[in-house]
Amino acid sequence: MTLLNAEGIEAAIGGQVVCRDLNLTLEPGRVWSILGRNGIGKTTLLLTLAGLRPLKRGHIWLGRDSLDQLSRRSRAQKIGLLFQNPEIQFPTTVNETVMNGRHPWIQRWRDSSEHDQSIVERELNRVGLQDFGSRDLSALSGGERRRVELAALAAQETELVFMDEPVNHLDLHFQTQLLKEFLAECRAKARAVVMVMHDVNLATRFSDHLLLLYGEGETRQGPVELIANEENLSGLYQHQLHRYQVGDTYFFYPA
Amino acid sequence: MFNLQTDRDSRRFGWVMSGLAVLLPASLVLSALTGSIAIDWSVVAETIRTGRPSIDHTIIFELRLPRSASALVVGASLALAGVLMQALLRNPLADPYVLGTSGGAAVFALIVMLLGLPTQTVSLAAAAGAVLSLTLVIFLSRDAGGWSSTRLLLTGIVVASGWGALISFLLSISQQSQVQGMLFWLMGDFRGGGPGFVHCLVLFAVLVFSLFSSRGLNLLVAGTLKAESLGVHTLGLRLALLIGAGLLTAVAVTLAGAIGFVGLVVPHMMRLVVGSDHRRLIPVSVMMGGSLLVITEMLARTVLAPRQLPVGVITAFVGVPLFLYLLRRGSRTQTQ
Repeated sequence: MTLLNAEGIEAAIGGQVVCRDLNLTLEPGRVWSILGRNGIGKTTLLLTLAGLRPLKRGHIWLGRDSLDQLSRRSRAQKIGLLFQNPEIQFPTTVNETVMNGRHPWIQRWRDSSEHDQSIVERELNRVGLQDFGSRDLSALSGGERRRVELAALAAQETELVFMDEPVNHLDLHFQTQLLKEFLAECRAKARAVVMVMHDVNLATRFSDHLLLLYGEGETRQGPVELIANEENLSGLYQHQLHRYQVGDTYFFYPA
Repeated sequence: MFNLQTDRDSRRFGWVMSGLAVLLPASLVLSALTGSIAIDWSVVAETIRTGRPSIDHTIIFELRLPRSASALVVGASLALAGVLMQALLRNPLADPYVLGTSGGAAVFALIVMLLGLPTQTVSLAAAAGAVLSLTLVIFLSRDAGGWSSTRLLLTGIVVASGWGALISFLLSISQQSQVQGMLFWLMGDFRGGGPGFVHCLVLFAVLVFSLFSSRGLNLLVAGTLKAESLGVHTLGLRLALLIGAGLLTAVAVTLAGAIGFVGLVVPHMMRLVVGSDHRRLIPVSVMMGGSLLVITEMLARTVLAPRQLPVGVITAFVGVPLFLYLLRRGSRTQTQ
């Protein structure tokens, strides 16, 4: 069973082709990372896979349903998206922000239930912000805000979880700890995850598959152990990277 | 009606709603009681009982109450229009007056008056002008990524001053006999009598729609793309907001001319008290806007009686200090 199946898709932004004839299959419990240089179109591809940007070519299937045929609401019940840099224009509380994640599950004419509230509390608890519910979001640090957004994403309870630079603003502890726990939870619940990542080593450490965007529509994909090598990554960033083995783990270091 | 979590904001919401539920009728009663002429209530009661006409009865039921009702509808409409425009443009500084929506409505209404068309068409022209002006501002300030706050405000201010120039032009080419009526109409004047059925219907319809869309509005202010990813039909919702805000502005402008400040300050003030959740913000803003303008209208005709002041002047006198106070208090509790 696959959760998402992209067939021969082409995405572009501002006349620049991001991917051409890309086939991508997202299986339950798999974690993908998208890597590429700045401005190569990682976010564009993520938004396209989430159905928020029109496809130039190809087709995306969610199980048996075509993505462009789904209602907005059913799509939002299946695909959750963490944005790169959400801006705050109006004061809003932590609780309200996480509750927004429940929106696709609440009937249009109804209000949030006890059940929704308990999910919000559970997710706030998970990111260690259980006492922050009535705090104003603008009074939080960048990292705390990121944790609130992660909680909102988890509260959406979707089978497909898309994240644009999830570790933005997070300190070292939360980068590893939170991501590890979050992804473990996704794997346990048979969700498929796609992350846009900047840090090669976090990507190779936490994901099992990589999708590399080279620009001009050229892509490469596969399991981490096959794809993550000096040659591929040096070509990807147009910068020499060296692979170092330390005990069981390895990491890449730019020259 | 709503199952809101029991935090500070929702406790406050309860208090504020009960306070406003008292303030609104109290302001209407106070407004009926106050005026340059002392009312003999036994005479009024007798007219109601016997049906024999009396001046006191006429003053209350044909002068003061219709004006108060107009003020109520105008205040509520402007406050709601402010909330909707702020959500639509994701900018807390949006307001029908600042962005030229009132100006557009006024220009169209003046043209109709100048051409001597029937008075019923004035409201229709004002509605068209408001929606057109708002659409114009949105299109002109739009770029690939959406709306930037500064560009939007600048466009709005420039469009507003354009309408202002057109208003001056229209006044200068009008005949002397027409200018007097136009000027009164422009300065915020409640002499036109009570609100019509259409005015009330527009306010009611937009209010009900906004209340039912309030969760969608909460998501919209968090970002269009984000709202879309959570299942909101953002294009449809924004179109509805555009039309709703335009119609409300038209209601306000046709009833009382261009009154500034209410649409900007009331939602701001209420955000500081009950937070930004539109499920709370909309009802309290509408009630506060209505009460504020009923009191303002009363002050406009009593402070310097028998001289009458433009209502817009009083809204600034009452609102500015109140707003500044709340702003200071709000920032203090936030830093604590």
